[in-house]
Amino acid sequence: MTGDPRAAAAAVVDPEIRVVTIEELGILRDVAVDQETGRVTVTITPTYSGCPALDVIRADIRSAVRAAGHPDVVVETSLRPAWSTDQISESGRAKLAAARIAPPGSTVGLRLTVRCPACGSPDTEELSRFGSTACKALWRCRACAEPFDRVKPL
Amino acid sequence: MTAVDELLAIGDDALVAAQRLGEWCSRGPEMEEDVALANVALDQLGVARLVLSYAGEADGRTEDDLAYLREDFEFRNCLLVELPNGDFATTIGKLLLLSGYQKPLYESLVDGPDERLGAIADKARKESAYHLEHSALWTVRLGDGTDESHRRMQAAVDELWPYTHELYAGNGAWLSTVESVLAEATLERPDGGWQPGGGRRGVHTEHLGYLLAEMQVLHRAHPGARW
Repeated sequence: MTGDPRAAAAAVVDPEIRVVTIEELGILRDVAVDQETGRVTVTITPTYSGCPALDVIRADIRSAVRAAGHPDVVVETSLRPAWSTDQISESGRAKLAAARIAPPGSTVGLRLTVRCPACGSPDTEELSRFGSTACKALWRCRACAEPFDRVKPL
Repeated sequence: MTAVDELLAIGDDALVAAQRLGEWCSRGPEMEEDVALANVALDQLGVARLVLSYAGEADGRTEDDLAYLREDFEFRNCLLVELPNGDFATTIGKLLLLSGYQKPLYESLVDGPDERLGAIADKARKESAYHLEHSALWTVRLGDGTDESHRRMQAAVDELWPYTHELYAGNGAWLSTVESVLAEATLERPDGGWQPGGGRRGVHTEHLGYLLAEMQVLHRAHPGARW
């Protein structure tokens, strides 16, 4: 009894932002099955060059695909086209917001305000361009005083 | 295919910069900045790993072989990145001068003849833009800040400037970027003078040896050690 390897890989959650899957985050690029050997090749792309979560993601993909009945799994990394926050899906954005992580806006280089994911106020300020993980910045809401993470547009 | 020495220059700049920035970990002037410098270090390390992995394939060496088992004279990084961190202004000055160089360099490689290096550069250029912006904001804040912060930022730029000769020789994009940040920060651009070089040929300052001793000691004491 084997399951769909694509669905198994797609359901792996990001180890640093555990509310979204790697598919919703846009880092799952391809799942290919060799019909002769049964080998599953999963291709992913890093958010940032030095993303330390990548090793965990590789291991999680291997165990998820194996659990679906495909013992021969290879995880490959592709850098092109480079990941962009535009590739985060609508459902991924909604889940980030629900976890009070402000999703990225458009990558147009305008200094638009970021809406507080806790109270919705646009009266917010950036505390630091770099946050708890490589892909997030640290913000604070002036209205409700809540600090929050924002996925940096890239 | 890019020459191995060219790949080493790019990878070693990033690796040595990452190691220096990592020294700030838990010593940043404020918590947010501590996190920021560690993030920049991580970006640099990420690029270093990708580029050194590529560089090593020519003669069957891994990224770890290149990072941990080369002597200082085999490194091809510019002298700027190996200089000690100094005070916070010196660190910010180093990052400004480095990212002002790395960003246009990566941009020039994106559509170059080497597809693999281009793919690495395509990721790195976007990260580099954040490094440049961050260091430029701090340079302006310190340079156009109090008398003391201005004095320190100017001293940092004066001390570091000679080492930029190795980087920008003929690079107009670098100079215009850096000049505009210095002008906004009310800092004076130093003139000419001493022009140390040699990093690209493996002739380094004494500082690199100490940096490598710390970075390599564990791997040399326990060959093949893994997390």
